[in-house]
Amino acid sequence: MALTRDDVEKVSLLARLQLTDDELNSMTEHLSQIIQYVHQLDEINTDDVAPLAHTLDITNVLADDVVEECLSRDAALQNAPQRDEECFRVPAVL
Amino acid sequence: MSSPATQPTVGVPYTVVVGLEVHVQLKTNTKLFCRCPTTFGQPPNTQTCPVCLGLPGSLPVMNRHAFELSMKTALALNCTIPHFTKWDRKNYFYPDLPKGYQTSQFDLPMSEHGHLDIFSEDDEFADKQIRILRAHLEEDAGKSMHDEAAGVADSRIDLNRTGTPLLEIVSEPDMRSAAEAKAYLQELRLILLYLGVSDCNMQEGSLRCDANVNLHIDTPDGTIATPIVEIKNMNSFRAVQRGIEFEVDRQYALWQKDKQVLGDMPKQTRGWDEGAQITRAQREKEESSDYRYFPCPDLVPVVVTDEEIQAMQQQVGTLPANLRKQLLDDHQLTAHTSAVIVNQGLGFADYFLALATAIDDSRLAGNWMQGEVLRILNEQENTIEQFKLSTAELGELLKFIQSGDLDNSKAKDVFAVMIESGQPAADVMGELGIEKVDSSQLEELCRRLVDNNPKIVADVQSGNQKAVGALIGQARNENSNVDPGEVRQICLALIEKL
Amino acid sequence: MSIISKSATQQREMLRTGELTSVELTTVYLEQIKSRESTVKAFVHLDEQQALDTAQRIDTRRAAGEPLGDLAGIPVAVKDNLCSQGIPTTCASKILSGFIPPYDATVVTKLKTADAVLIGRTNMDEFAMGSSTENSAIQVTNNPWNLQCIPGGSSGGSAACIAANFAPLALGSDTGGSIRQPAALCGIVGLKPSYGRVSRYGLVAFASSLDQIGPMTGNVEDAALLLQVLAGHDSHDSTSADVAVDVYVENVTQPLSDLTLGVVDEHYGNGLDTEIRSSVQEAIRVYESLGATIKHIEMPHASYGIATYYIIAPCEASSNLSRFDGAHYGHRADVSTVDQTSTSEDALTRMYRSSRAAGFGDEVKRRIMLGTYALSEGYYDAFYLKALKVRRLIRQDYDNAFKDVDLLIGPVTASSAFKQGEKTSDPMAMYMEDLFTVTANLAGVAGISIPCGLTDTGLPIGVQLQSAPFQEDKLLRAAYMFQNATDWHQRRPEF
Repeated sequence: MALTRDDVEKVSLLARLQLTDDELNSMTEHLSQIIQYVHQLDEINTDDVAPLAHTLDITNVLADDVVEECLSRDAALQNAPQRDEECFRVPAVL
Repeated sequence: MSSPATQPTVGVPYTVVVGLEVHVQLKTNTKLFCRCPTTFGQPPNTQTCPVCLGLPGSLPVMNRHAFELSMKTALALNCTIPHFTKWDRKNYFYPDLPKGYQTSQFDLPMSEHGHLDIFSEDDEFADKQIRILRAHLEEDAGKSMHDEAAGVADSRIDLNRTGTPLLEIVSEPDMRSAAEAKAYLQELRLILLYLGVSDCNMQEGSLRCDANVNLHIDTPDGTIATPIVEIKNMNSFRAVQRGIEFEVDRQYALWQKDKQVLGDMPKQTRGWDEGAQITRAQREKEESSDYRYFPCPDLVPVVVTDEEIQAMQQQVGTLPANLRKQLLDDHQLTAHTSAVIVNQGLGFADYFLALATAIDDSRLAGNWMQGEVLRILNEQENTIEQFKLSTAELGELLKFIQSGDLDNSKAKDVFAVMIESGQPAADVMGELGIEKVDSSQLEELCRRLVDNNPKIVADVQSGNQKAVGALIGQARNENSNVDPGEVRQICLALIEKL
Repeated sequence: MSIISKSATQQREMLRTGELTSVELTTVYLEQIKSRESTVKAFVHLDEQQALDTAQRIDTRRAAGEPLGDLAGIPVAVKDNLCSQGIPTTCASKILSGFIPPYDATVVTKLKTADAVLIGRTNMDEFAMGSSTENSAIQVTNNPWNLQCIPGGSSGGSAACIAANFAPLALGSDTGGSIRQPAALCGIVGLKPSYGRVSRYGLVAFASSLDQIGPMTGNVEDAALLLQVLAGHDSHDSTSADVAVDVYVENVTQPLSDLTLGVVDEHYGNGLDTEIRSSVQEAIRVYESLGATIKHIEMPHASYGIATYYIIAPCEASSNLSRFDGAHYGHRADVSTVDQTSTSEDALTRMYRSSRAAGFGDEVKRRIMLGTYALSEGYYDAFYLKALKVRRLIRQDYDNAFKDVDLLIGPVTASSAFKQGEKTSDPMAMYMEDLFTVTANLAGVAGISIPCGLTDTGLPIGVQLQSAPFQEDKLLRAAYMFQNATDWHQRRPEF
């Protein structure tokens, strides 16, 4: 039931988080504690219970296909950590 | 679910197994979850908003028209439309995916279990049905462009395309050759064009195709399957065909060396290199894709009633397969002419049908559509909607052929002038001095020619029928409106009577 | 009585009659901030000049007889996870340091249309994850009642702001109790509306199926006033309810006759502070004296609320926070200094990992990791799906309860404001702060925290009322009944 340090390292890659050795250790400990705690839900029989994903019982929220104003390019790029005149720039995607 | 029974490809000890995943950009005014325009080819990052940029706090609202176009397409592909469908998040990190997830559909797609029929004009394969596993609606990602300015490798990201509605159509692995795959793609594209749901332009990216390919190889120990390879980056029908053909050869050669089978490794992805005409392995990802699908809490499900499905079915309209059948059965066109007309699209086919009715002659109408009309449209880079002649105007011309006033060759001349000048057929014929030659006039002319050319007559009598050509030439010089065939016929008859 | 101790409702009247100008009112609050903010640290962003300019514009329009919005001239503080166009919106996180949204949240637009004076942006736990505001990457906020204590979280800045009289009205957000718990710990009123009552467009998402924005005020009638402005359907939010908005302001002072209140037995276990228990029981007696009937209610799945919440919220958060990757906005780490040969990862992956490592605090990382794990291959059924099923059972408990009673009454927290640092090394202990509040978010019902007492050491105690969805009107009226019969809401710390 407890997580191993290896599990945590794999999850950290999935989550794109770089953890230090100390962080990996404490994360393993804390996550294991929490996972153990939440497993109490296993006590409840939910065989005939449907999941509740939305508390509001609404469906079919659909909008008309009508163009609305866009952001200017400058507004779109204003928070970019790196940019050129037209685009966001990131380290090369291989 | 097993594939339909097939025979191995002739000449080689294996069966080719191909499934296609096609992404279609739907022709809506706005994106799937926001109201930014979807116009192609705009300057980078000028068609975005907080929603498609994935800015913190932004929320999606679904485009009704995109859903309707998806439904229409799914019905045209004979799919079942479930009453309940929902949206899921597909989580992964990539710079052209600003939210860090793509909103798509996972376990309850908006349609499933359809099919389309393929056929080969050149008899490369027998007619067959390709099953469609599912078609679902999802948002497109942005574009990433490689750039090596200042010696540092960067990618430049343009998010104009993020959020464009895509219909992903997944076939079952029912295709058994590159030719079948190409036929499937062509028929699918034609259906989409007939429905008017997409521009289907592979160069512009509004139609994209990935292929999943492997081989079932016959060995003395039974049939073994090679690992499945996904081929990406094929940007034309030809590329799809060549990519699959290359991959088949590569897999067989590789298997003979390493004997790897399905299950020995995860599905590999290879990119088609158009320049080198080969597939290349793409970089192994750090971790195998774990997309952590879960229902998107920002979107609510869509419920569809039977009435709504039926109403949408009514809107599907004429499809290529129905039209082909109609042209063969009701109009007795050849398979080839029928295919040419259908491939040009619904507008072209409608024009043909109206023309055939106007002159009550499907064969003549068909020949001219396939011939002169198509030729001039291609030359002038026009569509049938831009074609200068109405069915009535062209019909008038063709009626002159039917009545014998024009032969085919003269009719083409008149046609060319009609396009140029916009004048009706009769006027052009008048201007060109074309008129039917009276039969007694023609008889009299031929009699004179026979009388005045004893040498040619003797030539013909001695067995050289071709010599009559000189008489035809003279006849035409005298009266350009004579029909060469009629002249030949009458002269030969006269000579025989001598 | 100084203007600062009047309700926003009263101030509104005085502004209307001309007895007071907005500039005067705003200046009074700005002076209060100037004299006390350095000890409280409720704000992460203040723009004095902009506030005074807005106030001046409104005074001018009022003098010219122009029509004005419902909050015209009244200062409002806004939690730092609500996007405001052109103003730094950081969610108290390093990863959004310097981020300037190009758009306003719907609630911010509504405040502007109502002609409110936006006085500043308040501190919070980073990305709303926390119950003490100690997870802020910017600063610690001190509880005005005891500066060594936490104000609660995650809307701790807004709660402290009201308690310290820095503004009469504030916005908070509540995912598992983040309005109600700090309201209780700071002795003010905090209301979490029903899910879908207020638009989430522009609220930086933590857990999308649980988040709601709500009013934090000094009294119940002001909560009604602010909710009236915030509530309503928004076409930008697909989860926004298309349900008519009641006239909260007109109705709030009207008591409810034949009020039945449900007391949930599961709430009175061993973990509940003695002082809180007796204050809440006293509050129940007050309601009885006002004619309410008390019924005992069972909510068999209430104790599973924390486990359910701490699966659903981190799962949704792990996905919602993926967009903070250093690519298009926010903090990007400089990876050029990282030795290229020391890792087999490509530069892009390194950029993602180091940007997020540097930009997120420990609690945020913990919840992202938890959510990523719970959604990963093979675990979906055991965790997320299971939690959604228990969620339905919790909702059914509420539905059943509201067949028998009008509202539920009970504690907000198990204890009063704790000392800074007391729970920071034990994540689970911190999570238990949400014990009485999470079930309302899971079920989508509405809840309000109102002050009902003080501990021996002078720390505030709150009592919570909960209603069925879209019954905020009933909630506010019942809350007002209590307020009208007591004076806890008038208490303010002396500091």
